[in-house]
Amino acid sequence: MPKIKLPRSSPSIDMTPMVDLAFLLVTFFMLTTKFRPDEAVTVTIPASVSTTKIPDNVTTVSIDSAGRVFYDMDSKDVRETLITYMAGRYKIVLTAEDQQRFSIMGAFGIPMAKMKEYIEDQGAGRKILNQQTMGIPTDSTKGDELADWVNLGITADATVVANKVAAGNKDAKRSSFAIKADSKAKYKDIKRVIDICQKQGVSHFELITTVRSRPK
Amino acid sequence: MADVDTGGGGGGHGKHQKKRAKKLSTKLDMTPMVDLGFLLLTFFMLTTTFNKPKVIGLTPPVKDTTHKTKVDTTSLTVILSGNNKVYYYKGLLAMTSDSNNIKLTDFSDKGIRQIILNNNGFVAGLMTDLDKKHKANLITDSVYDKLKDSVEGKKQAMFVIIKTDSLAKYVNVVTMLDEMDICNIGKYSLIDASKPDIDMIRDFNQKNNIK
Repeated sequence: MPKIKLPRSSPSIDMTPMVDLAFLLVTFFMLTTKFRPDEAVTVTIPASVSTTKIPDNVTTVSIDSAGRVFYDMDSKDVRETLITYMAGRYKIVLTAEDQQRFSIMGAFGIPMAKMKEYIEDQGAGRKILNQQTMGIPTDSTKGDELADWVNLGITADATVVANKVAAGNKDAKRSSFAIKADSKAKYKDIKRVIDICQKQGVSHFELITTVRSRPK
Repeated sequence: MADVDTGGGGGGHGKHQKKRAKKLSTKLDMTPMVDLGFLLLTFFMLTTTFNKPKVIGLTPPVKDTTHKTKVDTTSLTVILSGNNKVYYYKGLLAMTSDSNNIKLTDFSDKGIRQIILNNNGFVAGLMTDLDKKHKANLITDSVYDKLKDSVEGKKQAMFVIIKTDSLAKYVNVVTMLDEMDICNIGKYSLIDASKPDIDMIRDFNQKNNIK
Protein backbone atom coordinates (compact mmCIF):
# COMPACT_ATOMS: atom_id res chain seq x y z
CA MET A 1 0.00 0.00 0.00
CA PRO A 2 1.38 3.35 -0.87
CA LYS A 3 1.94 5.72 1.97
CA ILE A 4 -0.50 8.54 2.22
CA LYS A 5 1.34 11.77 1.84
CA LEU A 6 -0.04 14.47 4.01
CA PRO A 7 0.03 17.82 2.27
CA ARG A 8 2.75 19.76 3.98
CA SER A 9 1.31 22.93 5.50
CA SER A 10 3.11 26.18 4.97
CA PRO A 11 5.22 27.23 7.97
CA SER A 12 4.28 30.86 7.62
CA ILE A 13 1.33 32.04 9.66
CA ASP A 14 -1.05 34.75 8.61
CA MET A 15 -0.27 37.58 10.97
CA THR A 16 -2.89 39.99 9.65
CA PRO A 17 -5.35 39.64 12.56
CA MET A 18 -2.61 40.13 15.11
CA VAL A 19 -1.28 43.22 13.41
CA ASP A 20 -4.81 44.54 13.06
CA LEU A 21 -5.36 44.11 16.75
CA ALA A 22 -2.04 45.73 17.58
CA PHE A 23 -2.89 48.80 15.58
CA LEU A 24 -6.34 48.93 17.07
CA LEU A 25 -4.75 49.00 20.51
CA VAL A 26 -2.24 51.64 19.43
CA THR A 27 -5.10 53.81 18.25
CA PHE A 28 -6.99 53.24 21.47
CA PHE A 29 -4.08 54.15 23.71
CA MET A 30 -3.15 57.13 21.58
CA LEU A 31 -6.66 58.52 21.82
CA THR A 32 -7.16 57.85 25.51
CA THR A 33 -3.78 59.12 26.67
CA LYS A 34 -3.91 62.62 28.04
CA PHE A 35 -0.54 64.25 28.22
CA ARG A 36 -0.18 66.38 31.25
CA PRO A 37 1.55 69.71 30.96
CA ASP A 38 4.91 69.95 32.66
CA GLU A 39 4.31 69.88 36.38
CA ALA A 40 5.37 73.10 38.03
CA VAL A 41 6.12 71.28 41.23
CA THR A 42 6.88 67.74 42.26
CA VAL A 43 4.84 66.52 45.16
CA THR A 44 5.18 63.10 46.76
CA ILE A 45 1.73 62.39 48.06
CA PRO A 46 1.13 60.17 51.09
CA ALA A 47 -0.73 56.86 50.89
CA SER A 48 -4.07 55.89 52.36
CA VAL A 49 -6.47 52.93 52.25
CA SER A 50 -9.27 55.17 50.98
CA THR A 51 -11.11 53.91 47.92
CA THR A 52 -12.89 57.14 47.08
CA LYS A 53 -11.92 58.35 43.62
CA ILE A 54 -10.97 61.93 42.99
CA PRO A 55 -13.90 63.92 41.52
CA ASP A 56 -13.68 64.88 37.85
CA ASN A 57 -13.56 68.61 38.20
CA VAL A 58 -11.27 69.81 40.95
CA THR A 59 -9.49 72.93 42.07
CA THR A 60 -6.18 71.79 43.48
CA VAL A 61 -3.95 73.58 45.92
CA SER A 62 -0.54 71.88 45.97
CA ILE A 63 1.92 72.32 48.78
CA ASP A 64 5.45 71.04 48.29
CA SER A 65 7.89 69.86 50.96
CA ALA A 66 9.22 73.37 51.44
CA GLY A 67 5.72 74.73 52.04
CA ARG A 68 5.41 76.53 48.71
CA VAL A 69 1.82 76.88 47.55
CA PHE A 70 0.66 76.20 43.98
CA TYR A 71 -2.79 76.60 42.52
CA ASP A 72 -4.48 74.71 39.71
CA MET A 73 -7.92 74.38 38.19
CA ASP A 74 -9.09 71.61 35.87
CA SER A 75 -11.67 73.50 33.87
CA LYS A 76 -10.28 75.48 30.95
CA ASP A 77 -13.29 77.80 30.75
CA VAL A 78 -13.12 78.67 34.43
CA ARG A 79 -9.40 79.40 34.19
CA GLU A 80 -10.00 81.80 31.34
CA THR A 81 -12.60 83.68 33.35
CA LEU A 82 -10.49 83.55 36.51
CA ILE A 83 -7.42 85.15 34.95
CA THR A 84 -9.47 88.10 33.70
CA TYR A 85 -10.79 88.64 37.24
CA MET A 86 -7.32 88.35 38.75
CA ALA A 87 -5.78 90.64 36.14
CA GLY A 88 -8.52 93.15 36.94
CA ARG A 89 -7.90 93.01 40.68
CA TYR A 90 -4.12 93.31 40.39
CA LYS A 91 -4.30 95.81 37.52
CA ILE A 92 -2.27 93.72 35.09
CA VAL A 93 -2.82 94.04 31.37
CA LEU A 94 -2.99 90.68 29.64
CA THR A 95 -3.59 90.04 25.96
CA ALA A 96 -6.20 87.59 24.73
CA GLU A 97 -3.33 85.28 23.84
CA ASP A 98 -2.00 85.44 27.41
CA GLN A 99 -5.41 84.46 28.72
CA GLN A 100 -5.56 81.57 26.30
CA ARG A 101 -2.11 80.41 27.40
CA PHE A 102 -3.06 80.69 31.04
CA SER A 103 -6.14 78.55 30.45
CA ILE A 104 -4.08 75.59 29.26
CA MET A 105 -1.09 75.72 31.57
CA GLY A 106 -0.88 73.50 34.63
CA ALA A 107 -0.37 74.35 38.27
CA PHE A 108 1.43 77.61 39.01
CA GLY A 109 2.92 79.18 42.09
CA ILE A 110 3.79 82.67 40.97
CA PRO A 111 3.01 85.98 42.62
CA MET A 112 0.78 88.16 40.47
CA ALA A 113 3.63 90.63 39.95
CA LYS A 114 5.45 88.03 37.86
CA MET A 115 2.40 86.42 36.30
CA LYS A 116 2.65 88.12 32.89
CA GLU A 117 6.30 87.18 32.53
CA TYR A 118 5.47 83.62 33.58
CA ILE A 119 2.63 83.22 31.11
CA GLU A 120 4.57 84.64 28.20
CA ASP A 121 7.71 82.59 28.70
CA GLN A 122 6.86 79.07 27.74
CA GLY A 123 10.37 77.73 27.56
CA ALA A 124 13.30 77.55 29.94
CA GLY A 125 12.35 80.81 31.66
CA ARG A 126 9.21 79.29 33.08
CA LYS A 127 11.15 76.39 34.52
CA ILE A 128 13.58 78.77 36.19
CA LEU A 129 10.68 80.80 37.60
CA ASN A 130 9.15 77.60 38.94
CA GLN A 131 12.37 76.76 40.73
CA GLN A 132 12.95 80.23 42.11
CA THR A 133 9.43 81.04 43.18
CA MET A 134 8.39 81.01 46.81
CA GLY A 135 4.91 79.92 45.77
CA ILE A 136 1.74 81.93 45.84
CA PRO A 137 1.98 84.44 48.70
CA THR A 138 -0.22 83.42 51.63
CA ASP A 139 1.00 85.86 54.23
CA SER A 140 -1.83 88.20 55.09
CA THR A 141 0.53 90.99 56.07
CA LYS A 142 2.27 91.02 52.68
CA GLY A 143 -0.81 90.49 50.57
CA ASP A 144 -2.60 87.19 50.68
CA GLU A 145 -2.84 86.30 46.98
CA LEU A 146 -4.03 82.75 47.61
CA ALA A 147 -7.20 84.13 49.23
CA ASP A 148 -7.86 86.09 46.01
CA TRP A 149 -7.23 83.06 43.81
CA VAL A 150 -9.60 80.97 45.89
CA ASN A 151 -12.21 83.70 46.22
CA LEU A 152 -12.23 84.67 42.54
CA GLY A 153 -11.85 81.01 41.55
CA ILE A 154 -15.11 80.25 43.29
CA THR A 155 -16.78 83.25 41.65
CA ALA A 156 -15.45 82.31 38.20
CA ASP A 157 -16.51 78.71 38.69
CA ALA A 158 -20.01 79.76 39.75
CA THR A 159 -20.35 82.11 36.77
CA VAL A 160 -19.16 79.57 34.22
CA VAL A 161 -21.34 76.80 35.62
CA ALA A 162 -24.36 79.12 35.75
CA ASN A 163 -23.78 80.06 32.10
CA LYS A 164 -23.46 76.42 31.11
CA VAL A 165 -26.66 75.49 32.93
CA ALA A 166 -28.43 78.43 31.29
CA ALA A 167 -27.18 77.17 27.92
CA GLY A 168 -28.84 73.84 28.59
CA ASN A 169 -25.93 71.79 29.90
CA LYS A 170 -27.50 70.22 32.96
CA ASP A 171 -24.42 68.15 33.82
CA ALA A 172 -22.27 71.18 34.56
CA LYS A 173 -20.99 70.86 38.10
CA ARG A 174 -19.15 73.09 40.48
CA SER A 175 -15.57 72.19 41.11
CA SER A 176 -14.51 70.35 44.28
CA PHE A 177 -11.62 71.48 46.39
CA ALA A 178 -8.58 69.22 46.62
CA ILE A 179 -5.36 69.50 48.57
CA LYS A 180 -2.30 67.83 47.16
CA ALA A 181 0.46 68.13 49.68
CA ASP A 182 3.87 66.55 49.99
CA SER A 183 4.28 63.93 52.71
CA LYS A 184 7.15 65.89 54.18
CA ALA A 185 5.33 69.20 54.25
CA LYS A 186 4.69 70.59 57.71
CA TYR A 187 1.08 70.23 58.71
CA LYS A 188 0.95 73.82 59.91
CA ASP A 189 1.57 74.95 56.31
CA ILE A 190 -1.37 72.86 55.12
CA LYS A 191 -3.42 74.14 58.03
CA ARG A 192 -2.71 77.71 56.95
CA VAL A 193 -3.94 76.94 53.44
CA ILE A 194 -7.05 75.23 54.82
CA ASP A 195 -7.76 78.24 57.03
CA ILE A 196 -7.44 80.63 54.09
CA CYS A 197 -9.80 78.50 52.00
CA GLN A 198 -12.26 78.17 54.85
CA LYS A 199 -12.40 81.94 55.15
CA GLN A 200 -13.40 82.04 51.49
CA GLY A 201 -16.24 79.65 52.14
CA VAL A 202 -14.72 76.28 51.26
CA SER A 203 -15.97 73.76 53.78
CA HIS A 204 -14.96 70.39 52.38
CA PHE A 205 -11.52 69.31 51.19
CA GLU A 206 -10.34 66.23 49.38
CA LEU A 207 -6.86 65.20 50.47
CA ILE A 208 -5.20 63.53 47.48
CA THR A 209 -3.42 60.28 48.31
CA THR A 210 -2.10 57.19 46.58
CA VAL A 211 -3.40 53.75 47.34
CA ARG A 212 -2.01 51.32 49.88
CA SER A 213 -3.49 48.01 50.89
CA ARG A 214 -5.71 47.80 53.93
CA PRO A 215 -3.94 46.09 56.84
CA LYS A 216 -5.64 43.15 58.49
CA MET B 1 -0.47 38.95 3.86
CA ALA B 2 -0.98 42.57 3.16
CA ASP B 3 -0.13 42.64 -0.51
CA VAL B 4 -0.51 45.72 -2.57
CA ASP B 5 -2.39 44.76 -5.69
CA THR B 6 -1.14 46.91 -8.49
CA GLY B 7 -3.22 45.12 -11.01
CA GLY B 8 -0.08 44.15 -12.85
CA GLY B 9 -0.21 41.46 -15.46
CA GLY B 10 -3.48 42.49 -16.97
CA GLY B 11 -3.75 44.01 -20.47
CA GLY B 12 -1.14 45.81 -22.48
CA HIS B 13 0.14 42.86 -24.39
CA GLY B 14 0.12 44.55 -27.74
CA LYS B 15 2.08 43.15 -30.66
CA HIS B 16 4.21 46.22 -31.05
CA GLN B 17 5.21 46.27 -27.44
CA LYS B 18 8.62 47.54 -26.60
CA LYS B 19 10.88 45.68 -24.31
CA ARG B 20 9.04 45.41 -21.00
CA ALA B 21 10.59 46.65 -17.80
CA LYS B 22 11.46 43.92 -15.43
CA LYS B 23 8.43 43.16 -13.31
CA LEU B 24 8.96 44.20 -9.72
CA SER B 25 7.55 42.21 -6.90
CA THR B 26 4.32 43.63 -5.66
CA LYS B 27 4.89 42.33 -2.17
CA LEU B 28 5.67 45.01 0.36
CA ASP B 29 7.75 44.20 3.38
CA MET B 30 5.63 45.36 6.28
CA THR B 31 7.97 44.23 9.04
CA PRO B 32 9.33 47.70 9.95
CA MET B 33 5.85 49.15 10.11
CA VAL B 34 4.61 46.37 12.34
CA ASP B 35 7.70 46.76 14.52
CA LEU B 36 6.96 50.44 14.93
CA GLY B 37 3.34 49.64 15.64
CA PHE B 38 4.26 47.37 18.48
CA LEU B 39 6.79 49.86 19.80
CA LEU B 40 4.10 52.53 19.99
CA LEU B 41 1.70 50.06 21.53
CA THR B 42 4.18 49.25 24.26
CA PHE B 43 4.91 52.91 24.86
CA PHE B 44 1.29 53.92 25.26
CA MET B 45 0.48 50.90 27.36
CA LEU B 46 3.26 51.69 29.78
CA THR B 47 2.63 55.42 30.02
CA THR B 48 -1.13 55.30 30.37
CA THR B 49 -2.31 55.40 33.95
CA PHE B 50 -5.83 54.23 34.41
CA ASN B 51 -6.15 54.54 38.13
CA LYS B 52 -6.81 58.02 39.33
CA PRO B 53 -5.48 59.02 42.73
CA LYS B 54 -7.75 58.42 45.68
CA VAL B 55 -8.93 61.00 48.16
CA ILE B 56 -9.75 61.31 51.84
CA GLY B 57 -12.61 63.69 52.48
CA LEU B 58 -11.98 66.22 55.23
CA THR B 59 -14.43 68.71 56.62
CA PRO B 60 -12.51 70.69 59.20
CA PRO B 61 -14.48 72.37 61.98
CA VAL B 62 -15.18 76.05 61.62
CA LYS B 63 -12.89 77.99 63.89
CA ASP B 64 -15.22 79.90 66.16
CA THR B 65 -17.38 77.04 67.36
CA THR B 66 -16.60 76.13 70.92
CA HIS B 67 -15.92 72.49 71.40
CA LYS B 68 -18.68 70.78 73.31
CA THR B 69 -17.49 67.73 75.11
CA LYS B 70 -19.88 64.97 75.94
CA VAL B 71 -19.14 63.21 79.18
CA ASP B 72 -20.87 59.99 78.19
CA THR B 73 -18.51 59.41 75.29
CA THR B 74 -15.26 57.58 75.78
CA SER B 75 -12.60 59.67 74.20
CA LEU B 76 -8.96 59.48 73.33
CA THR B 77 -6.74 62.43 72.64
CA VAL B 78 -3.89 61.91 70.21
CA ILE B 79 -1.19 64.51 69.71
CA LEU B 80 0.95 64.25 66.58
CA SER B 81 4.42 65.66 66.81
CA GLY B 82 7.68 65.72 64.84
CA ASN B 83 9.73 62.59 64.07
CA ASN B 84 6.55 60.50 63.69
CA LYS B 85 5.95 60.61 67.42
CA VAL B 86 2.42 60.04 68.65
CA TYR B 87 1.46 61.04 72.17
CA TYR B 88 -1.86 60.00 73.54
CA TYR B 89 -3.93 60.06 76.66
CA LYS B 90 -7.38 58.85 77.56
CA GLY B 91 -10.08 61.37 77.98
CA LEU B 92 -9.99 65.06 77.33
CA LEU B 93 -7.49 67.69 78.28
CA ALA B 94 -9.32 68.97 81.39
CA MET B 95 -9.31 65.54 82.97
CA THR B 96 -5.62 64.90 82.49
CA SER B 97 -3.48 67.96 82.78
CA ASP B 98 -0.74 65.85 84.29
CA SER B 99 2.13 64.65 82.14
CA ASN B 100 2.10 61.28 83.93
CA ASN B 101 -1.01 60.34 81.98
CA ILE B 102 0.64 60.86 78.61
CA LYS B 103 2.05 57.93 76.72
CA LEU B 104 4.19 57.76 73.62
CA THR B 105 3.71 55.48 70.64
CA ASP B 106 4.23 55.45 66.87
CA PHE B 107 2.51 54.67 63.59
CA SER B 108 3.54 51.01 63.34
CA ASP B 109 0.96 48.20 63.29
CA LYS B 110 1.44 47.65 67.00
CA GLY B 111 1.37 51.35 67.71
CA ILE B 112 -1.51 53.77 67.75
CA ARG B 113 -3.78 51.41 65.81
CA GLN B 114 -3.62 48.77 68.53
CA ILE B 115 -4.28 51.38 71.19
CA ILE B 116 -7.36 52.67 69.40
CA LEU B 117 -8.68 49.16 68.78
CA ASN B 118 -8.07 48.12 72.38
CA ASN B 119 -9.98 51.10 73.69
CA ASN B 120 -12.83 50.75 71.27
CA GLY B 121 -14.03 47.22 72.05
CA PHE B 122 -17.68 48.16 71.68
CA VAL B 123 -17.39 49.08 68.01
CA ALA B 124 -14.87 46.32 67.29
CA GLY B 125 -17.31 43.68 68.57
CA LEU B 126 -20.18 44.95 66.46
CA MET B 127 -17.96 45.37 63.42
CA THR B 128 -16.66 41.79 63.48
CA ASP B 129 -20.26 40.54 63.28
CA LEU B 130 -21.01 42.98 60.50
CA ASP B 131 -17.85 42.09 58.55
CA LYS B 132 -18.71 38.39 58.81
CA LYS B 133 -22.17 38.98 57.41
CA HIS B 134 -20.75 41.16 54.66
CA LYS B 135 -18.17 38.54 53.69
CA ALA B 136 -20.82 35.82 53.56
CA ASN B 137 -22.83 38.08 51.23
CA LEU B 138 -25.76 38.19 53.61
CA ILE B 139 -25.96 41.95 53.29
CA THR B 140 -25.34 44.21 50.31
CA ASP B 141 -22.63 46.87 50.17
CA SER B 142 -25.04 49.74 50.67
CA VAL B 143 -26.68 48.10 53.68
CA TYR B 144 -23.23 47.36 55.08
CA ASP B 145 -22.17 50.99 54.71
CA LYS B 146 -25.33 52.18 56.43
CA LEU B 147 -24.97 49.77 59.34
CA LYS B 148 -21.31 50.63 59.64
CA ASP B 149 -22.13 54.33 59.89
CA SER B 150 -24.72 53.68 62.54
CA VAL B 151 -22.32 51.53 64.58
CA GLU B 152 -19.59 54.15 64.35
CA GLY B 153 -21.99 56.89 65.35
CA LYS B 154 -23.29 55.11 68.47
CA LYS B 155 -23.04 56.76 71.86
CA GLN B 156 -20.64 54.14 73.18
CA ALA B 157 -18.29 54.48 70.21
CA MET B 158 -15.02 56.19 70.94
CA PHE B 159 -14.40 59.79 70.05
CA VAL B 160 -10.86 60.59 68.93
CA ILE B 161 -9.41 64.05 69.14
CA ILE B 162 -6.42 64.45 66.85
CA LYS B 163 -4.21 67.35 67.78
CA THR B 164 -1.19 68.56 65.89
CA ASP B 165 1.70 70.64 67.09
CA SER B 166 3.92 72.82 64.93
CA LEU B 167 6.34 69.98 64.16
CA ALA B 168 3.81 67.49 62.81
CA LYS B 169 4.22 66.51 59.18
CA TYR B 170 1.39 66.24 56.69
CA VAL B 171 1.99 62.53 56.24
CA ASN B 172 1.37 62.03 59.99
CA VAL B 173 -2.03 63.67 59.72
CA VAL B 174 -3.00 61.63 56.66
CA THR B 175 -1.83 58.42 58.32
CA MET B 176 -3.83 59.28 61.41
CA LEU B 177 -6.97 60.01 59.37
CA ASP B 178 -6.34 56.74 57.60
CA GLU B 179 -6.17 54.93 60.95
CA MET B 180 -9.61 56.38 61.71
CA ASP B 181 -10.84 54.60 58.58
CA ILE B 182 -9.01 51.36 59.40
CA CYS B 183 -10.16 51.30 63.03
CA ASN B 184 -13.76 52.22 62.19
CA ILE B 185 -13.76 55.47 64.10
CA GLY B 186 -16.62 57.59 62.86
CA LYS B 187 -16.28 60.38 65.35
CA TYR B 188 -13.08 62.34 65.33
CA SER B 189 -11.92 65.89 65.05
CA LEU B 190 -8.72 67.46 63.91
CA ILE B 191 -7.54 70.49 65.86
CA ASP B 192 -4.39 72.33 66.90
CA ALA B 193 -2.67 71.31 70.11
CA SER B 194 -3.34 73.80 72.86
CA LYS B 195 -0.77 75.38 75.15
CA PRO B 196 -1.38 72.93 78.06
CA ASP B 197 -0.96 70.01 75.65
CA ILE B 198 2.38 71.29 74.43
CA ASP B 199 3.52 71.95 78.00
CA MET B 200 2.57 68.42 78.98
CA ILE B 201 4.53 66.96 76.11
CA ARG B 202 7.55 69.04 77.05
CA ASP B 203 7.30 67.82 80.63
CA PHE B 204 6.98 64.26 79.44
CA ASN B 205 9.96 64.55 77.14
CA GLN B 206 12.13 66.02 79.89
CA LYS B 207 11.18 63.31 82.33
CA ASN B 208 11.89 60.52 79.88
CA ASN B 209 14.85 62.06 78.16
CA ILE B 210 13.22 62.16 74.74
CA LYS B 211 14.47 64.63 72.24
